[in-house]
Amino acid sequence: MTGFTTERLGWRPWLEPLTEDELTDAHHEALVDRARAASPYFRLLARDPDVLHARTKTDQDIFYNPDGGLPRAERELAATATSRHNGCVFCASVHARFAGHYSKRPGDVRRLLDEGVDARQDARWRAIIDAAVALASTPSTLGPEHLAALRAAGLDDLAISDLVHAGAFFGWANRLMLSLGEPTQEEK
Amino acid sequence: MITDVIDHLAGITPGSSLDRLRDRRPDAREHAQRGYDALFTPDDEGEVTLVERDAVAAFVTGLHQDLTVARFYADRLAELSPGLLKAVETEIEAGRATGPYGVYEGALAAESLEGPRYRASDPAALGVRLAAAFEHAHLLVFRPREARADALRDLRAAGWSETGVVTLSQLVAFLSFQVRVVTGLRLLNQEGVTA
Repeated sequence: MTGFTTERLGWRPWLEPLTEDELTDAHHEALVDRARAASPYFRLLARDPDVLHARTKTDQDIFYNPDGGLPRAERELAATATSRHNGCVFCASVHARFAGHYSKRPGDVRRLLDEGVDARQDARWRAIIDAAVALASTPSTLGPEHLAALRAAGLDDLAISDLVHAGAFFGWANRLMLSLGEPTQEEK
Repeated sequence: MITDVIDHLAGITPGSSLDRLRDRRPDAREHAQRGYDALFTPDDEGEVTLVERDAVAAFVTGLHQDLTVARFYADRLAELSPGLLKAVETEIEAGRATGPYGVYEGALAAESLEGPRYRASDPAALGVRLAAAFEHAHLLVFRPREARADALRDLRAAGWSETGVVTLSQLVAFLSFQVRVVTGLRLLNQEGVTA
């Protein structure tokens, strides 16, 4: 297996996805975004369309809702740190690219991938990564000390809630990506 | 009647500051609940029985050691299939661990972290399908990095259909999300919202 990377990876399912021809209107509604019908991952999850629909709408609001809270870059940072900790090379590659792009700090994101969740970061990213990692652990070790560090770094309650949701959502996404298929090397 | 399970489990009451905070992400709030509904009160149980859903949920949340969440799902199972509760509790005891851990191959081998690879302690009490489901759920909860195609073949051999595997995987993965949202929001709630 490849190490953590910001390269574009493919993903190959270990179970048969629905074919594009098999997708009904209900499946397309579950996919939310029509372009997702091209993805074997989403066509595999379309085998249980109601759960896929809920997953996708939850995902989009957590990451894309622009109404205050944690900046997009740091929602993506939390997703990347969670994926790095859980070991999801594919998820980490996608969200490291987003985190690097939105923060304009690809070098700091790269260090998170290369050296791991304990790699040197500034105080605000340190607090975000530490909280995401604590929440990703089973049982979770997120505690008042993490919230205090986040507040000291300037996060308000909505921002902390966004971080919790972004990290928790990757507790969901990592487990699907890791267990239903595997990353593949793609076109350069 | 509980209309929002996360609110219920995190102790969030209508009109409270946490209630208003959750309303800032209305789709996430609504669809986290719809995910729960789709998994635990589906229109059609499809390839995974309701008892299997509640039994796996009681096991998975028991492993997370959040007493409120674990009790909620244990109570559901006790209502639907009281005879299974004891067996599930035995498996939770047998499956306790601290994660994530697991062995990496290739470039990440140096980061490997060994830990228990759970097997059902009393598979006869669970039956073939549930014993396989519990072993898979434990893999997903604690060492998802070790998931391989073989694990899905084991599920298929135990009678799980392809669609059944997708629903089972979603169930374990969704609960991994739900229990963490509850943990985080409860912590915020206990501290009192400052903003």
